[in-house]
Amino acid sequence: METIKKEHQLIISVSPHVRSEETTSRIMWSVSASLLPATITGAYFFGPQAVFTIILCIIAAVFSEYVFQKALKKKPSISDGSAFLTGLLLGMNLPPSVPFYIPIVGSFVAVIITKQLFGGLGFNVFNPALIGRAFLLISFPKLMTIWNEPTAAFVHLDAKTTATPLGILKEEGAAKLIEVFGDKINLYEQLLVGHRAGSIGETSVLALLIGAAFLIYKGYISWHIPVSFLGTAAVIAWVFGGKGALFAGDPLLHLLSGGMILGAFFMATDYVTSPSVKKGQILFGIGCGFLTMLIRLKGGYPEGVMFAILIMNCFTPLIDRSFKTKVFGAKK
Amino acid sequence: MAQIGENLLGLATFKGGIHPPDKKELSADKTIVEAKSPKRVVIPLSQHIGAPCKPVVTLNQEVKKGEIIGEAGGFVSAPIHSSVSGKVIAIGEFLNAMGKMVTSIVIENDGKEEWAAIKDDPDYMSLSPERLKEKIKDAGIVGMGGAAFPTVVKLSPPKEKPIDTVILNGSECEPYLTGDYRLMLERSKEIIEGLKILMKVLGVSEGFMGIEDNKPDAVKTMKEAAEGQNNIEVCALKTKYPEGAEKMLIKAITGREVPPRELPMDVRVVVQNVGTAFAVYEAVRYGKPLIERVVTITGEGITEPGNMLVKIGTLVSHLIDECGGFKDKGLKVIAGGPMMGFAIPSLDVPVTKGTSGIVVMTENELVHTEDFKPCIRCGRCIDICPMGLMPSMLSIYSEKGFYEGAKEYNLFDCFECGSCAFVCPSKRPIVQLIRLAKSLVKP
Repeated sequence: METIKKEHQLIISVSPHVRSEETTSRIMWSVSASLLPATITGAYFFGPQAVFTIILCIIAAVFSEYVFQKALKKKPSISDGSAFLTGLLLGMNLPPSVPFYIPIVGSFVAVIITKQLFGGLGFNVFNPALIGRAFLLISFPKLMTIWNEPTAAFVHLDAKTTATPLGILKEEGAAKLIEVFGDKINLYEQLLVGHRAGSIGETSVLALLIGAAFLIYKGYISWHIPVSFLGTAAVIAWVFGGKGALFAGDPLLHLLSGGMILGAFFMATDYVTSPSVKKGQILFGIGCGFLTMLIRLKGGYPEGVMFAILIMNCFTPLIDRSFKTKVFGAKK
Repeated sequence: MAQIGENLLGLATFKGGIHPPDKKELSADKTIVEAKSPKRVVIPLSQHIGAPCKPVVTLNQEVKKGEIIGEAGGFVSAPIHSSVSGKVIAIGEFLNAMGKMVTSIVIENDGKEEWAAIKDDPDYMSLSPERLKEKIKDAGIVGMGGAAFPTVVKLSPPKEKPIDTVILNGSECEPYLTGDYRLMLERSKEIIEGLKILMKVLGVSEGFMGIEDNKPDAVKTMKEAAEGQNNIEVCALKTKYPEGAEKMLIKAITGREVPPRELPMDVRVVVQNVGTAFAVYEAVRYGKPLIERVVTITGEGITEPGNMLVKIGTLVSHLIDECGGFKDKGLKVIAGGPMMGFAIPSLDVPVTKGTSGIVVMTENELVHTEDFKPCIRCGRCIDICPMGLMPSMLSIYSEKGFYEGAKEYNLFDCFECGSCAFVCPSKRPIVQLIRLAKSLVKP
């Protein structure tokens, strides 16, 4: 028995000695992959400029993270995919044809100010991509509201600009919106496919839902936030969204337009900035849905998803504290 | 007798839990064989939860197999017996599986396997509960699922806590381990007899056995063995870790929830492992003390995995030799299962009453968690914690040194099953952080 002892150095570590194969970076890369259908659709409708914008966002985000961590003599963590995902999400939330400095400034704000200065991955209070976009919208209001008309052709020379469906809805009403798209059915169809003006990655509801289904199937996100978010928004849209009368609104129109689907499935579900307990997630989703519709129906902006999620991000620590889980065996 | 904890699939279970790869196929088909008697045994005087034993032998004294060598050091304690016949060659501090130096008695085996007086008593069921309990106590029986809590203490609840149910734990939810499974297949009748003895001692009329449904043949065999016993029900449980944790098992089978910081007896239940029931039977019927147990020697790093009847005090190195040695290069050797077991610091540590398995891991199964990442608050650990805790918050508080704050998140209700660390995508050492906090604050 002595022979064995001499030959082997045993590794000592604490239990458990087996771990699941899931890793943080696998989750980040999977979420990025789930955004691929919507990114491709965005590229198809908005052309090379949109692709350029997204790529620039990603490069700027990854580069910002790398430089910051190097400067602070930390181990760069760009391979975990988190900066990549932030860049991608920011790009998807930008209008298709913005000047080159917009993605750079946005990514800088998202990665450095929103995430790294708060302590890096896991410590940020706000969704980095959304703070990046909010910063840009407030700093460059003109540039951030130039919307290209989608074309199904690959060459997009001199893309025409137009208004987003929500913009038309806000300024000229639902009747005008239906008129622009021909009829109601066509309006829904175009919104589903993504053939409408808007941010690069938000337009194609179908492509986004394919990605969302993948995330739910893999267990990367649960239904709690998206369903409570969309459900609340739909109810409010139905009750208060109509002109003149209650219960005359069009919930479907509101769900399919703007950044509702992108926000509910991909932005509001960000682990770090949303509650961890399921009950809290439902409250968080309801808050997001309520604030989105409040801004859309009563606010100055045509779209409210971004500010709604950011405001609810503030409440996440409070919600997490208030919705502790019930300990096994504890009295209700 | 309906199972109250049934889920939609009709199988009893609890909320939460995980599904680690079970790897039981490595040793599940290996019948229990007796390990060769080692040249010497190192028997620690503290193999159980509670007071260590006081040695009652002296250096160079001749002892027989089954002879008492250490007497119980208090109420919560269990006597210790020699597992071989031979001579006491050392009494001193020796390394145990947890890496601690503990007082142990080393006995050189004379190979004669001479028993101290043991006697068959086929009429054991006519003995009084007190006499049965005495026999169990004298045999030094402790919980053999791993915790090694003295069995007689569990069988002596205070008067104000009546017991109405005994549950035998055959779930064996730890990956790799197959000792209980083999015992259920090969000694089913004896296990049922053990259960009947336990029920008689406690004066209860209802006995259950819980077995995870990944062992259908064990369920079948035990059901056959229990045939005709109207007050014993064998339940198939959903295969899910930690189904075999006492509180989870009680919930699955009876629907009762043991309140935080309370014990199974507070919900009128006593849980015993199937190995313990077998030992109880042997103690009561033959007066045989607990000097050997079934150990699964397994893992990808061992040449011939198997289930062995091992004498207490046998060194792990001896067992590894018996199983053909390390295949390739064994890098981590675990005493117990991979979820809650200890990585042993040396192969020259003894098997004790609570050692359910020896798992040898190779480079392929090793998880390197030295550079873990920050918590991303994904909530996976919260969703699966069988105790309904928030392990993410506990780990963050502990990591930042806010040990008192961790108490707000019910630090002391954690029983360290390791499910949270298993699912954590950031590979955080959650259990370790929780243990750290527990050691630094008072409950």
